[in-house]
Amino acid sequence: MDVLMNFPFITIVLSLFSSVVAFAFKGRRARFVTYFLLSACAVMSCFVIIYNLSSETGYFVYRMGHYDAPIGNEISAGLLEPFFALLFEVVMLLSVIGGEKRIFSDIPEEKQKLFYVMVNLCHAALVALCYTNDIFTAYVFVEICTIASCSLLMASDKGRSLIAATRYMIFSLIGSGFLLIGVILLYSITGHLLFADLYEAITHLHSEGSYDFPLTVAIGLIVSGLGVKSGLFPFHLWMPDTYGTATPAASAILSGVISKGYIFLLFKIIFRVVGFDVFFGTGVQNILFIFGIHGMILGSVSAIRAKNVKFMIAYSSAAQIGYIYMGLGLGTRTAIVASLFQIVFHSLTKAMLFISAGGLCDAAGGKQDIASLRSSAHKNKIAGAAFLVGSLSMVGVPMFAGFIPKLLFASSAFESSSRMLLVLVALAVSTMLNVMYFMRTVLTVYHPCEGGASAKTRVYASFAVCALIFVAINAAVGINSQPISTLLEKGIELFANVR
Amino acid sequence: MKNKFSEKFSSWLLGEVDLTEKIAEEKEQPSAVNPSKKDEEEETKIIHSLEKKEIKLSFKEYKVLSVIFCVILIGILTATVYFLPTFAKSDVPAVNEVYEHYVSQGRDETGAVNTVAGMILDYRAFDTLGESFVLFTATCAVLILMDDKHKTPKKEMHETVNYSRDPIVKSIAKILIPLILVFGAYILVNGHLSPGGGFSGGAILGAGFILYAMVYGEEQALKVLSERKIKAVTICALSFYCLAKSYSFFTGNEFNGVHSVISAGTPGDILSGGLIMPLNIAVGLVVCCTMYSFYMLFKRGRMN
Repeated sequence: MDVLMNFPFITIVLSLFSSVVAFAFKGRRARFVTYFLLSACAVMSCFVIIYNLSSETGYFVYRMGHYDAPIGNEISAGLLEPFFALLFEVVMLLSVIGGEKRIFSDIPEEKQKLFYVMVNLCHAALVALCYTNDIFTAYVFVEICTIASCSLLMASDKGRSLIAATRYMIFSLIGSGFLLIGVILLYSITGHLLFADLYEAITHLHSEGSYDFPLTVAIGLIVSGLGVKSGLFPFHLWMPDTYGTATPAASAILSGVISKGYIFLLFKIIFRVVGFDVFFGTGVQNILFIFGIHGMILGSVSAIRAKNVKFMIAYSSAAQIGYIYMGLGLGTRTAIVASLFQIVFHSLTKAMLFISAGGLCDAAGGKQDIASLRSSAHKNKIAGAAFLVGSLSMVGVPMFAGFIPKLLFASSAFESSSRMLLVLVALAVSTMLNVMYFMRTVLTVYHPCEGGASAKTRVYASFAVCALIFVAINAAVGINSQPISTLLEKGIELFANVR
Repeated sequence: MKNKFSEKFSSWLLGEVDLTEKIAEEKEQPSAVNPSKKDEEEETKIIHSLEKKEIKLSFKEYKVLSVIFCVILIGILTATVYFLPTFAKSDVPAVNEVYEHYVSQGRDETGAVNTVAGMILDYRAFDTLGESFVLFTATCAVLILMDDKHKTPKKEMHETVNYSRDPIVKSIAKILIPLILVFGAYILVNGHLSPGGGFSGGAILGAGFILYAMVYGEEQALKVLSERKIKAVTICALSFYCLAKSYSFFTGNEFNGVHSVISAGTPGDILSGGLIMPLNIAVGLVVCCTMYSFYMLFKRGRMN
C-alpha cells in the first residue's frame, strides 16, 4: 500500500500538468480537463486520508527528488493536509460545474479556456500549500495562487470587475510582500527553510532569548501578510467588490477556497514552524482575537446595510473569517478545532451561497440587488432551496454544518475565564445580526408571487445537481459532525507533535 | 414611536423598503431609461455609495494616514535590520550544514560544475517547477487581460520611432541579433558548466527576439515566431519539465522500487549533470516565450 504515498506529489504535479494540457485545448473543451483533474485528485486525497488513518503514525514525509530534506525538497501529509486538499477539491469541482452556465455567459468565449487553466493552477497551488513542508515552496505557490486568483476575476471582462481585480491584486500583493519579508527575516536569523528545522531553531532562539525582536517582527509580518490575503477584518474591504463582480463560480472559489488556503497555511506555519508556545509568547494572538471579534460584528453590520445580494454574502464572509481568527486568538485546543471546523463549514456553505445566489439572480433577470430578487425562489426552486439551507447553516441552526463550530466556539469560551464573556457576547450579537440579514433575504426571495404562478426560468441540470450535492454535504456534516471533529482533533495533534 | 419602528423594521425584513435610503430609492423607480444603461448607472451608484460608506474619511485624511502607516512600517523594518546578524560573515546562521553540503558535495552529486544550477534544478527542483509555472501563470494572466481578438492592433497611438526605415539600426541589428541568439543559446546549453542557465539564457533569447520585432516590425516578427509556435513551445517545455521531474520524484523514493537510470556523468562534460541541461533548456524556452509574448501583447494588444 506504500504506493498511496505517491498520491500527494501526483496531485500537485498532475494539476500543474493539466493546466498546460487545458492551455493546449481549444475553447470550452478545456473544462473537461478541469473536471477530470479535480475529481481524480479528490479520489486520491481520499485514499491518502484512508492510508494515514490506518497507518500507525498517521503521518509520512515524501522526498521530492533524490536528496533528503534540508538539502532537497520534501512534502508531508498527516491527516489535516489531505483532508483540506479534499475539501478544496470538492468545493472547487462543485462550484465550477454549478457555475458552468454563468461562466459561459459572463466570460468572453476566447477567455473561457484560460479561466479553466487558472482554476487548475489555483488548485495546484492550494494542494501544494496543503502538503508543503518548506516555507520557500509555500511562498512560490502563494505567488501562483495570487496571480491565478486575480485572473479568475479579470476573466469576466467588465469595467467593474477589472477595478475589483486591481484592488484585490493590490491587497494581495501587500500580503505577499509581508509574507516574503517575514520568510526572509526567519531565514536570516535561523538559516533554515524546512519546517522541522525552522521549528527547532526558533524554539532554541526563543529559549535563549536572542534575536527576540526580529523573531516577533517576522511572525507578525507572516501573520499579517496571510491575514490581509485571507480578508481579516480591517483588510476585508477588497471582499465585497471582488466577490460581488466576479462570475459566481469565481466568487465561490475565491471566498470558499482560496482565502481558506491561506488560512490553512497560517495554521500550518503557527503549529509547525513557529510552535504554538512561541507564537503565544509574542502576543500576536491578542491582536488576531480583537480583529476577529471586530470582524464578526462589523462585517455583519455592513452585510445588513448592503443592497446587493452578492455584496451581502461577501460581507458575511468577512464576519465568518472573523470567527476563525477569534478561535485562533483564543488559543485553547477546542477553539483551534472550532476554527478548523469553521473553515470546513464556511468553505462548503459560502460556495453554495454564491452559486445559489447566482441562480437566483438569473431567475430575477440578471439583477443582483435584493429588492429585485423578490419571489425569485419560486422561479428557480432549487436555487431557492440551496440558498435557504445555506442561510440556515450560516445562522447556525442545528442539523446544519454551521451549528457545530458555533457550539465549539461557545464551549471553548468556558476554557478561558478572562475572555469568556466577551466571546459569548460577540457570538450572540453576531448570530443575531446574521439572522437579521439572512432572514430578510430569504423572506424576500420567497415572497409570494403576485398574480398566481409566474414564468419559471430554465434550471440547468449541472446547476441543480451541484446545488443538491452542496445541500446534502451540508446536512451530512451538520448531522454527523463527530467523525470530522475527531479527525480535525487528531490532525491538529499530529500537527503540533509529530515532525 | 415604537410601533412605527417595528413597522418599518418588518417592512425592511420583507424587502419592501430600505432602512437608510427610503426616499431616494422610490424616486429612482419610475425612470425608464434603456435597461443596460440603467444597470450601468446603478453599478456606478453602488460603487460610489460603497466608497462613501466604507471609507468615511476624506481623501486627504486617507493620504495622511497611509503616509503615517508607511512611516511606522519603515521604522519597524529598519529597526529589525539593526538586530539581524551581520551580512556576509562566516558565523551567521545561514552558513550551516546545508550550505556546506551544497558547496562541498554539489559537484559530485549533481554533476553540475555550476553549483547554482545544481541547486535550483536538482536539489530544489520542486521549487523551480513552481517558479516556471509562475511564469506560465503570468503569461496566461496577461493573455486574459490583454488579448482581444476583436480589437484591431493599435496603430501609432503615440509617436513611436519607426526603426524599420533606419539603415543604421537595421544593419547593426542584422549583425547583433544572430550574435545575441547564439549567445543566449550558449548560456542556456552551458548552464550547468558556467554561470547562467535557464532563466538568464532565456531572458537573453527573449531580448533578441524583441529586438528583432522592434527593428523589423511586429508583423515580420510574428511570421518568424507566431502565436501558434509560442504556444507549442511553451506547452512542450512545461510538459517535459513536469514529466521529467515526476520521474525523478518517483524514483527518488526507495519504496517505489524503481531506480533512476539518469546518472550525473563526469562533471565538466557538456553532456553531464543528468536532467539539468534539458531542464535548463525547457526553463529557458519558457522564459523566452514569456518575455516575447509580453512584449507583443503590450505593444499590439493581441497576439496574432
